[in-house]
Amino acid sequence: MRAPSISGGAPRLGAFMNWTELKSDLAGAGYVASDELAMALYLSLHLQKPLLLEGAAGVGKTQIAKTLSEIKSANLIRLQCYEGLDAAAAIYEWNYQRQLLSIRAAGDGTNSAEIEERIFSEKYLLRRPLLEAILQETPPVLLIDEVDRADEEFEAYLLEVLSDFQVSIPELGTITATCRPHVILTANGARDLSDALRRRCVYSFVDYPSRETELAILAKRNPDLNAHLAQQIIGFVQALRKEDLEKVPGIAETLDWAAAISGLGINDLSDDPVTLQASLVCLLKTQADQAAMPVEVTQRFVGKAA
Amino acid sequence: MRSTRFPTRADSVTDRVAGFMAHLRLNGMSVGVAETENTLQAMTEINVGDPEEARLAIKSICANDAERFARFDELFKAYWMNDGRVKNRPPKKEDNAPNDGRWSNRSQFDNSSIANAPGSIDLPDDEGGGEVEASGEGKLISSKVINVNKADLREFMKPEDIAHAEKVARRLATAIRDRRSRRRKAAKKGAHLDLRKIARKSVGTGGEPIELLKRRRPDRPVHLVALLDVSGSMTIYARVFLSFLKGLIGTSSTTDAYLFHTQLVRISDALRDGDTFRAVNRLSMMAQGFGGGTLIGSNLARFNRHYAARCVNGRSVVIILSDGYDSDPPEKIAAELARLKKRGCRIIWLNPLKGWKDYEPVARGMAAALPYLDHFAAATTLNDLAALEPQLARLS
Repeated sequence: MRAPSISGGAPRLGAFMNWTELKSDLAGAGYVASDELAMALYLSLHLQKPLLLEGAAGVGKTQIAKTLSEIKSANLIRLQCYEGLDAAAAIYEWNYQRQLLSIRAAGDGTNSAEIEERIFSEKYLLRRPLLEAILQETPPVLLIDEVDRADEEFEAYLLEVLSDFQVSIPELGTITATCRPHVILTANGARDLSDALRRRCVYSFVDYPSRETELAILAKRNPDLNAHLAQQIIGFVQALRKEDLEKVPGIAETLDWAAAISGLGINDLSDDPVTLQASLVCLLKTQADQAAMPVEVTQRFVGKAA
Repeated sequence: MRSTRFPTRADSVTDRVAGFMAHLRLNGMSVGVAETENTLQAMTEINVGDPEEARLAIKSICANDAERFARFDELFKAYWMNDGRVKNRPPKKEDNAPNDGRWSNRSQFDNSSIANAPGSIDLPDDEGGGEVEASGEGKLISSKVINVNKADLREFMKPEDIAHAEKVARRLATAIRDRRSRRRKAAKKGAHLDLRKIARKSVGTGGEPIELLKRRRPDRPVHLVALLDVSGSMTIYARVFLSFLKGLIGTSSTTDAYLFHTQLVRISDALRDGDTFRAVNRLSMMAQGFGGGTLIGSNLARFNRHYAARCVNGRSVVIILSDGYDSDPPEKIAAELARLKKRGCRIIWLNPLKGWKDYEPVARGMAAALPYLDHFAAATTLNDLAALEPQLARLS
């Protein structure tokens, strides 16, 4: 099933030869993707379907959209969802101040039908991310972040936009896409998404990375780090994730911590327990978690990771 | 997992993919024609000769939630790698079952219609005896013997109760309104101006906004999370409360329900199952250990750890249905409730024992919990629950 005819002719983001090429391109831009994720992204580009990513916070769901836009040198348009997000914030809004001024400036002579036609023209339309994304000249990457935070009403509307790539504005008529953005949706389980949305999308579940993957990520992002220390850092974080924490550290936290460690001039985690303990603020983000990881425990992890 | 025998002579890629889709469906994954089409199309984009590539491709199209994502590899292997027969188990869930009606298709409970009902009734395969008797005419009769240890919730869910409970639950759910919606709707009175309408009206008055139209925040139902204690001491109330939960779940798709005894189980999906029989079957299987002891503190801890982060926020109301008799130390309940409370939710504890005359919260667990509760009330019967409406309305 190809894309609907309405936007079939609209330009879209260029495709890759095969999924391994995509994977190595992503790696080249500093994103180490799992096979599952690379294949899902590859297929979503080729089948022209949105990509839905689920997973815990901090595993790199948002980052993949940024990386894709980077390697495709496409614009990244981001719509951050929140509770109460509505059409005025996501699609379009009229510029009321200008409209009111324009009506007054017209004076008494002009008839109201003319005024109305003028103030409800594209000139007075404020484009919000969704409308902006479908009216680009070159296809952008459209990141719809944390879609599960928006209400169900919005999800239904989103489905409509994503399947037809057109927006109806009552005062103006239907605006059809000039290009077909590549859509990436992320969710982390604030509520269950509708089956209808899931079925429109290519899906991948992004998990915390394995030891090898995380090492590769760290090596990409922080190439100056010596191999032994990198091993220790990843070993420590992986051990920490197995603990019963309120907030499990994600990849972003690992990278922050690694940067902090190297910034502090530590060459071996077992060198300086006090500094190590202090640097844990990068990994443990609640007071209860910090209390649950006293020096004795962290030193045990360091011993194991070494 | 149900196994599908690999066709001895598979004809074409299309046939084999169609066969695999049937295999997925048989194992409770809802895949439709669209998925088959997409899979076939995906096959043209990849190197089909490589099974690993094919697995990744089909997975990204057919496994579209976290649970299926985890199960997919096994199913793939069983079909394409001809992994042999695996022990049969009833399908977990078939979303594409034709009847979309929720619990309301209660005609299935009438004995008359059961005899004619098409299709089979799936039963937990390892505990067929003792709970359900299938007589000669194919009627399903629930056992007269109450053996709660055998986890038979069918006994506790009767259609007439469910009907009543649904009504009560819906009224309660709508009574607890959330007044902090961020959406705005056009209204006669309200705190905010509706500029869109004002601009339009001003055309006729030369740009003077004479008529000021307003918008306001509409009330919305809150997000309800219910935790039901099904330990031995709560057995006699289980029927009422389970039906009540069923009703609550029906009010909104964001409602969540959990059972606990020594374990904690999420039952929202089971309660939402459109097929009444299968729903009760699933519940029965989940409630292994039903009627035993309780670990309220540990279960609250489990809830906090695994579920609260994503389903409890400042807009939630957590309803705990329990008598407060706990095998855990009372400090644990207090600590976990405090932790839950930090998420900004409101906590309501409905205790059947409070309905007794001269009841004092003597159970130590209950006493420890009291400071963290926004509301503590009696609830033994559905009428008690219904009577809570005005009090809960005042909570918000």
